[in-house]
Amino acid sequence: MSVLIFADQHEGIFRKSAFEAVHYGAKLAEALGTDAIALAAGTIEDAKLQALGQFGAKKVLHASEEFLDHFDASLYGKLVVLAGEAVAADVIVFSHNFNGKAIAPLVSASLKAGWAAGAIALPDLGDGFVIRRGVFSGKAFCDVKILTDKKIISLNPNSFAVETTDRMAEVVSFAGKVAAGDARVNVVSTEKLSGTVPLPEADIIVSGGRGLKGPENWGMIEELAEALGAATACSRPVADSGWRPHHEHVGQTGIAVRPNLYIAVGISGAIQHLAGVNGSKYIVVINKDPEAPFFKAADYGVVGDAFEVVPRLSKAVRAFKENTH
Amino acid sequence: MYILQRIVMKILVCISKTPDTTAKITFNANNTKFNEEGVAFIINPSDEWYALVRALELKESLGGSVELISVGREDYDPVIRKALALGADGALRINSDTPDSYFVAAQIAHFASQGNYDLILTGKETIDYNGSGLGGMVAAMLDVPYVSLATKLDLSPAENQASFRREIEGGEEVGKVALPAVVSCMKGMAEQRIPNMRGIMAARTRPLRVEEPVEAPVLTEAVRFELPPPREGMTKVDPENMEELVRLLHEEAKVI
Repeated sequence: MSVLIFADQHEGIFRKSAFEAVHYGAKLAEALGTDAIALAAGTIEDAKLQALGQFGAKKVLHASEEFLDHFDASLYGKLVVLAGEAVAADVIVFSHNFNGKAIAPLVSASLKAGWAAGAIALPDLGDGFVIRRGVFSGKAFCDVKILTDKKIISLNPNSFAVETTDRMAEVVSFAGKVAAGDARVNVVSTEKLSGTVPLPEADIIVSGGRGLKGPENWGMIEELAEALGAATACSRPVADSGWRPHHEHVGQTGIAVRPNLYIAVGISGAIQHLAGVNGSKYIVVINKDPEAPFFKAADYGVVGDAFEVVPRLSKAVRAFKENTH
Repeated sequence: MYILQRIVMKILVCISKTPDTTAKITFNANNTKFNEEGVAFIINPSDEWYALVRALELKESLGGSVELISVGREDYDPVIRKALALGADGALRINSDTPDSYFVAAQIAHFASQGNYDLILTGKETIDYNGSGLGGMVAAMLDVPYVSLATKLDLSPAENQASFRREIEGGEEVGKVALPAVVSCMKGMAEQRIPNMRGIMAARTRPLRVEEPVEAPVLTEAVRFELPPPREGMTKVDPENMEELVRLLHEEAKVI
């Protein structure tokens, strides 16, 4: 019996969502009286694998083949199933990021194991195995009970606070279990968005809407984001007009985010946009229209012209950072 | 003598019915079921805008057929008719409730396996239960490749393969996949279309077949729903005084 966590890596580096998943799996293992074992695939330094112990992994299985550097859901899914068998896992945990969303359903279907997608909390073990997840694109929660003995959970990024210790994990080779030929798609090329934090993992997001009038005005959004160490995002009309790339579109039909701080500039706050952001801890709304519906969802509101307020805010943030560092 | 064989692609698109994107979400008295009263329903946006429209574009350029499959009760029919009005050739509704995604995937896999489809498309996720797993489950059940979160998709019928661009964590991948395959579709794949009167008239006579479900297990159960607590009032900050906003974010919210 154990809890297996698939620790997703990118170019040899584990990111926040992987640490969250490992820590979540460790807390769950503790509650179940068992061990948390992580699985990692591809080229990764031993030190980075051992460091997963800081988040609670007792052991890390490492499938080190180079062909695993390319993401393939079928290949990874097969690897996860084999690792699950090897460690007699009752629960398998993924991050509910792009890769987890691709692998978890394959594993769920092949093991006939019930899957809680987009979990935001540890299971309640009082009456079965009940997990809270987001539904209606962030407009509501659903407590879902997994009815099967084997269970799959994918954890929403930014939903579970991570604590660390100085423990190190034991690294065990899990090489030779899958073959390159197990991949079901042929990847021709990969384009990395290097240097950017993926939106679902970002702690702070600065987001712009139609109120910015055109892509030429995006500089001030980027400037504020840079001052705050934030990621940038946008509303649907902005992505649809091609001012910003589609992967920055936050909302019901784009992506849902749960940062600590979401700063909305010139976004009116249509219900579809709010659905994607109301998991944010704090929301700041900057809009010149005092009637903008977004103010109803805001913690802090600034009624004013974005073209004046945003540069002023960037300046204040820079001054604050200089004073505190 | 040469025999020119025309390769005809058969595409199956999975369609779900969801509340309109502007719908107010409420639940019944004991919070066990979504309250459908007064709610307008639509085709799940990513099923329609990306999966169905891209399927229709592929049919328009390469020939072949686009069929729809849904798991739901009679109240699904208006939504299926709308999808037919956009240009799909026919539809199959499996007459059942939708207790969980595994059950729904098992229905789709069962009926899809009888149709020799080259390509099965789904939206990236539904906007109601946000499962995001239907395509992967169907692919696993049919033992065919799965391409998740595709933003571009083209078919090469002669090579019996599809080329795609998809979102992965931290970037994008461009690749090829042998057919048959299951692909989940997201933004970038196609643009929303509005059905015209001819399509709406034609949809009335296109076949909408209804089948009873096959037996399949249910692996999860929605126990209860809850709405998030409303935000406590907003603090207004003077637009001239952004130092004050920074102070509040640092001292009160503790987020910077």
